[in-house]
Amino acid sequence: MEFFERFAIPHPDPMIYASMVAIVLVSIAIVAGLTYFKKWGYLWDEWLTTTDHKRIGIMYLISALIMLFRGGADAVMMRVQLSSPEMEFLNAQHYNEVFTTHGVVMIFFMAMPFVIGLMNYIVPLQIGARDVAFPRLNALSFWLFFAGAMLFNISFVIGGSPDAGWTNYFPLASNEFSQSVGVNYYMWALQISGIGTLMTGINFIVTIFRMRAPGMKLMKMPLFTWSALITNVIIVFAFPVLTVALLMGTFDRQFGTSFFATGNGGMDMYWANLFWVWGHPEVYILILPAFGIYSEIISTFSERNLYGYKSMVASMVLISLLSFFVWVHHFFTMGQGALTNSIFSITTMAIAIPTGIKIFNWLLTMWKGKIRFTVPMLYSVAFIPLFTVGGVTGVMLAMASADYQYHNTMFLVAHFHNTIIPGVVYAMLAGLTYWWPKMFGFILNERIGKWAFWFNVVGFVLAFFPMYITGLDGQARRMYTYSESTGFGPLNMLSFAGAGLMAIAFILIAYNIFYSIKNSPRNVGDDPWNARSLEWATHNPVPEYNFAITPEVNSSQALWDHKKKSHTLFKGKIDKIHMPNNSGIPIIMAGILFVFGFSFVFSIWPAVIIAAIAFFSCMLYSSFENDHGRYISAEEVKETEEKFGGAKK
Amino acid sequence: MKIDHSQPLEYSTHKNEMNILGFWIFLGAEIMLFATLFTSYFIYENRVGNGPSGAEIFEITPVLIETVVLLTSSFTIGLAINAMRLNRPKAMLWFLGITLILGATFLSVEIYEFVHYYHVGATLQTSAFTGILLTTLGTHGAHVTFGLFWGIAIFLQIKKHGLTPETANKSFNYSLYWHFLDVMWIFIFSFIYLKGMM
Ligand code: HEM
Ligand SMILES: [Cu+2]
Repeated sequence: MEFFERFAIPHPDPMIYASMVAIVLVSIAIVAGLTYFKKWGYLWDEWLTTTDHKRIGIMYLISALIMLFRGGADAVMMRVQLSSPEMEFLNAQHYNEVFTTHGVVMIFFMAMPFVIGLMNYIVPLQIGARDVAFPRLNALSFWLFFAGAMLFNISFVIGGSPDAGWTNYFPLASNEFSQSVGVNYYMWALQISGIGTLMTGINFIVTIFRMRAPGMKLMKMPLFTWSALITNVIIVFAFPVLTVALLMGTFDRQFGTSFFATGNGGMDMYWANLFWVWGHPEVYILILPAFGIYSEIISTFSERNLYGYKSMVASMVLISLLSFFVWVHHFFTMGQGALTNSIFSITTMAIAIPTGIKIFNWLLTMWKGKIRFTVPMLYSVAFIPLFTVGGVTGVMLAMASADYQYHNTMFLVAHFHNTIIPGVVYAMLAGLTYWWPKMFGFILNERIGKWAFWFNVVGFVLAFFPMYITGLDGQARRMYTYSESTGFGPLNMLSFAGAGLMAIAFILIAYNIFYSIKNSPRNVGDDPWNARSLEWATHNPVPEYNFAITPEVNSSQALWDHKKKSHTLFKGKIDKIHMPNNSGIPIIMAGILFVFGFSFVFSIWPAVIIAAIAFFSCMLYSSFENDHGRYISAEEVKETEEKFGGAKK
Repeated sequence: MKIDHSQPLEYSTHKNEMNILGFWIFLGAEIMLFATLFTSYFIYENRVGNGPSGAEIFEITPVLIETVVLLTSSFTIGLAINAMRLNRPKAMLWFLGITLILGATFLSVEIYEFVHYYHVGATLQTSAFTGILLTTLGTHGAHVTFGLFWGIAIFLQIKKHGLTPETANKSFNYSLYWHFLDVMWIFIFSFIYLKGMM
């Protein structure tokens, strides 16, 4: 029995037991359902072993949406707890756990897979490629992300949630102050999914450099692809820092090193440094693809060329460089002295310049455009003013001396939600809606979409703008309650109402998906938005080989050229097409790493060693395997093209 | 697969070329990884707590042996790739084999070195300094260990299939990896050992 005691929950609560039961029931239902409908084979052949970038993209997106709801549930719990003074819904410990999992889930398991999912689906299509450079590695990336996400998500029912914040500062995160295995989960869940992200980075850089269609010079890539390229470069440089930080953190907690301890030569602030050397570039990993998506959408629905293409690219490159030199702004108050603070204060403010350039470019793109207010466009238009507020408050925070007032208050919480929600989340919703017909061949209902949009925007403003005020008045972040006499009550109640509206927005979005699957017309054609870039030049939904003939392009708006300047995209005749084979190795390797991570969390060393050996055996097996892919014959391609409504010109 | 005969075998297909580019980018990430470790090392270098300092525990002999052995192995893997380019698989296998033996020698000496640290009371737990020292060396050593298994796999594949675009491609990436580990060792040698003993 002693062995099993370690899996008990350290701070039990009826809600946690209820979730436990729910998880077990849902799992049983899924397994039973798959068995009853005999869908295991289909699932395995078509999805779990796929190496098709489109299917992998869709799996990322599904996971991201599920995680959005998990993180959203955490958010609602926090807002309930803070809705009025001295609330007794969550106690201090549970509040700690909830804000920690909320942050981690939203950043790592919602925003990241959302961004990477859209990149997966769209980038190869935008550059006229048949897949990514390393399809099997791509599948491995996905499954590692998924294993990490699952590991993180079981923590609260097996052994206890992490509770030291998504930034996981030491010494709070050390064994002394975080006694459950929660923080171990944090370390391994992020380590495993982080390695997957790093491989995505490598994969997409090679894809974008080496697999572009003839004629697509770097400066003729659609902007979303540009943003993906820059993002992936940031990933490759930033993620190894996180890898080392997590490793050192694991060692401190499980092998008794004293890197981040307060004695024995250790230095607790070093964790904060490492974390933000990765962490600040990370926020740009999230926002740059969002910028790319907005650029595509704004230009499409204004029916105009994107204004200032070159300055758009240049400003993204500049942002990516600067993003590595600002990390200290996250702890101005921790005593590094005036000179250091001033330098980082200036580098931080400098980021506002390229960002501002982009804002003006979007505005000038819309200037005199024929604007169509579709759902994706609504999100993009709302993004511009809201994100500007986020940027301006960022510059306020960047003033080191003033930051002594705002740091670790609700003002900061308002700032980063103000950048991340209108910035990243709206972009993901806009991108999902925009490319939905690309993926599934029908449009999401616009009416429900617009309702969801308004709930989202009004909810956002109500939920977060009051925090600027209470923050300036001194309401601290990460505090589970406050007293009546502070006077924070009414504004927090307003935030709660806003959060409620946002919850309705997301429920509407989910409902819209079900509604549209059933009711949306399927005859939207291949170009439902009158779009401009290459991904819209093939069929909707996309056949597995993407393009029957490799397109030839001469600008970033290949389809527009085709439509307006009668440029022929597809020259030559249909030939056989080389495609990657499916493989079960990626999911098996990720499963093994899941076991590895889980056993490591609980220090079950024999299982750790066996899993490690199994993992390397899989690598060895792959090395000896001779997989040359397969060919789709020209006849088969022609047949498919007919089925999709005839070959493209 | 289209094979371009004007290129060396390892670059001869589009896939191969992408593999090599991808591997370079991977090495870029590895450089970031080691750069982070080195930075951490410098941060903790003098934070020895109650434990020993570098000057007290470093021994020049094993370190010199390790250095010579690893540098030589970098040379022999270069010779192996040269033999590959000349299309002489036999010679290539010899040089690859020698590289692996040198790698294993390096590793044995490093294990000896670790045992020594243990005996003089410098373990992971002793202080932040010993912790980062062993973590940095250990990360390098783990890379060498991985390299040994990978090298054996390539050796067997060349033995079985001869020099094909695939095996040549793997060998070439492998040589990049091995040179990379060597460069990292030069940093370790200069900035950890020499600096520490001075
Ligand atoms: C002009 C642009 C921006 C500036 C000048 C800026 C500045 C800052 C500063 C100075 C802080 C630290 C404040 C403190 O801890 O007291 C901060 C925190 C933060 N910012 Fe920004 N920021 C900008 C844009 C963004 C963007 C685009 C994102 C995300 C997409 C973002 C996400 C965050 C996050 C997540 C935090 C802190 C999280 C935490 O401590 O848990 N920021 N920002
Ligand atoms: Cu930052």
